[in-house]
Amino acid sequence: MKNKLIKRAFLDTLPVMSGYIVLGIGFGIVLEKNGYGVWWALLMSTLIYAGSMQYAGIELLVSAASLPAVALTTLMVNARHLFYGISMIDKYKNAGIKKPYMIFALTDETYSLVCSEKYENEKDRHFYFFIVSLFDQIYWVTGSVAGSLIGSAIPFDTNGIEFSMTALFVTVFVEQWLSTKNHASAVLGLVASALCLVIFGQDSFLIPSMVIILVSLTLMRGKVKDYE
Amino acid sequence: MNNTYALCAILTMALVTALLRFFPFVVMGKKKTPPFVEYLGKMLPYAVMAMLVVYCLKGINFTAFPFALPEIISVGVVVLMHVWKRNTLLSIIAGTVCYMIIIRLI
Repeated sequence: MKNKLIKRAFLDTLPVMSGYIVLGIGFGIVLEKNGYGVWWALLMSTLIYAGSMQYAGIELLVSAASLPAVALTTLMVNARHLFYGISMIDKYKNAGIKKPYMIFALTDETYSLVCSEKYENEKDRHFYFFIVSLFDQIYWVTGSVAGSLIGSAIPFDTNGIEFSMTALFVTVFVEQWLSTKNHASAVLGLVASALCLVIFGQDSFLIPSMVIILVSLTLMRGKVKDYE
Repeated sequence: MNNTYALCAILTMALVTALLRFFPFVVMGKKKTPPFVEYLGKMLPYAVMAMLVVYCLKGINFTAFPFALPEIISVGVVVLMHVWKRNTLLSIIAGTVCYMIIIRLI
């Protein structure tokens, strides 16, 4: 059974593998370009393990931002992880010794894989979640280390490769859109964040967006059909 | 000194990220999940992914050349590609290659 679960986890994580290797390489290259070599890439991808924050982190390191500023930026960029946690409380219940790592490794992409998983058997489910989380982080660490090592050796101009991150999220968004008939939440997310971006500007729109989304979803409760 | 700073900054990022990830589980993990949280768990992913897309595109500028055209076209390519083939890898590569080509042409 375990072998079967590992095999399934591997097949299911293949899209994330492609995304993480590309994004990880992009991250490793940019980090290396800014004077932080392979050990820094390894350290950041192992300990932080949050893609967009690590990209933002390069900016912070280069500009020598103060530690409170670093903490605040991390808080704002990664606040969305609170949302992921809220939706996985039930599914991660009773996961035992695997649970801390599963929570630590709950990235955007891992979340997009585990949030739709419906294993009946709790033990199998937790084992599968754990393996998916672990595989994903291995891809990410491998990608960033590889990027750091080959970054300077890549013979062509890699400018624009960072778009792969945007492409990944657009893909997940489209995938979610196609998998449900009820688009209220997706539209709400788009409108709220676009509106907040215009009103609050690009450095501080995430928090107001999340507040609007939370309040709107609360008000919508019972008025829209449940998602399944 | 520079290394000490970088190490501290990275540890700060790691700590805050982990705190955010653990917070919901620590606060609500022990009790039975309230129906409202269950409802949010179902609804949030869609809105959050939309927010992430906007977050990635936050730097685009509609008012000056090239009027965000590289981003608009490339996102369009990703969407069409994904609706057509539903292959994540293919959609990402197509969009990224498209973007890399356009920013070199204009």
